[in-house]
Amino acid sequence: MVVIAARGLGRSFGEKRVLRDIDLDVAERDLLLVTGPNGSGKSTLLSLCAGLLAPTAGELEVTVDRGRIGYLAHEPLVYRELSALENLDLYGRLYRVPERRERIGMLLERFGLWESRRSPVSSFSRGMQQRLALCRTLLHDPALLLLDEPYAGLDDAGAELLDAELRALAGRRTLLLATHDPDRVGRLATGSLALA
Amino acid sequence: MTYFADVGALARKDLLLELRSRDTLPAMLLFVVSTLVVFNFSLPADTGDLAAYGLLWVAIVFTAILGLTRAFAAEREQRVLDGLVLAPCDRSAIWLGKGIAVVAFLALAEVVALPAFALFFEPVTWELVAAVALADVGLAAVGTLLAAMAAASRARELLLPLLFLPLVIPVVVGGVGASIGDDPGRYLAFLGLYDLIFAILSWASFEYVVTE
Amino acid sequence: MSTSLPNNRAVALAAAAFALLLAGLALAFYWVPDAPLEGFRQRIFYIHVPVALTAYACFGWAAWKALRLLSTRDQRYDLESYTAVHMGVIFGILTLVTGSIWARTSWGVWWSWGERQLVLFLVLFLFYSAYFMLRYSVEPGPRRASMSAVYALFGVVLIPVSFLAIRLAEGLIHPVVFDRDIGSNLAGSQLLTFGICLAGTLALAAALYANELTGKRIDARLRELREALQ
Repeated sequence: MVVIAARGLGRSFGEKRVLRDIDLDVAERDLLLVTGPNGSGKSTLLSLCAGLLAPTAGELEVTVDRGRIGYLAHEPLVYRELSALENLDLYGRLYRVPERRERIGMLLERFGLWESRRSPVSSFSRGMQQRLALCRTLLHDPALLLLDEPYAGLDDAGAELLDAELRALAGRRTLLLATHDPDRVGRLATGSLALA
Repeated sequence: MTYFADVGALARKDLLLELRSRDTLPAMLLFVVSTLVVFNFSLPADTGDLAAYGLLWVAIVFTAILGLTRAFAAEREQRVLDGLVLAPCDRSAIWLGKGIAVVAFLALAEVVALPAFALFFEPVTWELVAAVALADVGLAAVGTLLAAMAAASRARELLLPLLFLPLVIPVVVGGVGASIGDDPGRYLAFLGLYDLIFAILSWASFEYVVTE
Repeated sequence: MSTSLPNNRAVALAAAAFALLLAGLALAFYWVPDAPLEGFRQRIFYIHVPVALTAYACFGWAAWKALRLLSTRDQRYDLESYTAVHMGVIFGILTLVTGSIWARTSWGVWWSWGERQLVLFLVLFLFYSAYFMLRYSVEPGPRRASMSAVYALFGVVLIPVSFLAIRLAEGLIHPVVFDRDIGSNLAGSQLLTFGICLAGTLALAAALYANELTGKRIDARLRELREALQ
């Protein structure tokens, strides 16, 4: 079953054309690597698939609805003044996550954030913030994962945790992964898209 | 009913944020009292007593602008708004949750402003309090939507007052009328009408302001 | 996308507008009898009120196009809504100017807060000027289109609400010093003249609208082509 289908997809920001004429077919349980230099539109493509941006040219269809999409952006999308627990609780409520507390606890534990769960995010290191962002992304067990440079900011321990997570998800969920470091996840990928 | 659960979670989040950062509300309190003090110096000696009521409403509107400028600050700085917009909840719940918080801040500012006004200038009547309560709803409804618009723009703090002021002129008319008019009921009813119309309009169109 | 067809329409509308306005103004200044109270000066009514009504029509048209944009997400409507607002503001300024002239000739003042139409148009002028500020400070794209559309809808709702507010404000803030006998008992000849002038201003607005829209569409197409060549 096709999860994402794009024909001639393009996106401009004012005068600047960031994405041009993209054709895409992502099937269920695919893991697509999106590569390209900075400014080639990787983040834009993921934003389009998430539904945050609308195409300015071409067509895009995503058959997964909002509540089942997990989006990891450049920014962690969490409130700095709130604690990790409070942030995840809010998202857990908004995403109607069943057994919210247990799931939050499990994710925080898995990504090594349980000890600092009550500290405000502003006190977190970059690596910890990225890990929290991963928790947020995985919280509602999404069917489609859109990960924009998931390894950015992670230390070795965090990167290993992410490796394990991706190994577990590959083949069970659909993933789009934008990355500078394709070799790390190359083995898991079912396809790749290089943006000029 | 999950809609109201969402609204509750969002409103609680906004109140919690303010409790932690404590930047918006103290500024609003100080601003409104400072403005009232400035009025003392700006009103010539022989202006009627009623002029003070007019200026009170000006103070309220500008204090609202001050608060609204900060309304989406947290979401904008970390692009958290994207995270909220992606969630499966109705986008209007974001507006309602935030709007409730804005009303709360305005009300708290007025809890300080009205007694100060009564102390410095003129007595505060029940009609005035009712008008202020109704006005808060209208100001928050329209202001929250416009704040979201301004947050998405380059001009931000500059844009919000420009968008806001023409839209809230009717609120000022209703408020002043209820404060000093012979027939406050008519003006209170008008404020209620304004609230109804613009709350529904804001509620329905918020989705289109935060998505593409 | 052919640009010649709309242009023909614009030319036709412009011709119609010219004819209607020429006829209307001629009738207004030479044929129609003097108004009982005001005399010759009242004739500016035949320009002022049609211009005001045309401005309302433009804002209403902009709101309609805005609604279409929001329901279909078709970006084409953004340009149409924007152009309509632009026309509305032009006619709004004309309303303020003609209204001011009328106030000057009637009562000797350039401005009167008791003149409801004038005050309403001032508020609308502020509102729709902010519309342009909004557009200038947001990057062109679907987001700007949605926000502009929502704002245009707010504008059209503001018109009756503001009017009501202004009426209520008269009761307590500014006494209604001057009264004017507008349109309550229009004789046949006056009605005809008024109708022709109104048709003329509407045709003028439509002509300017079609012309500007075509121009903007050409610009957009040019930009598209330039990008495709990059």
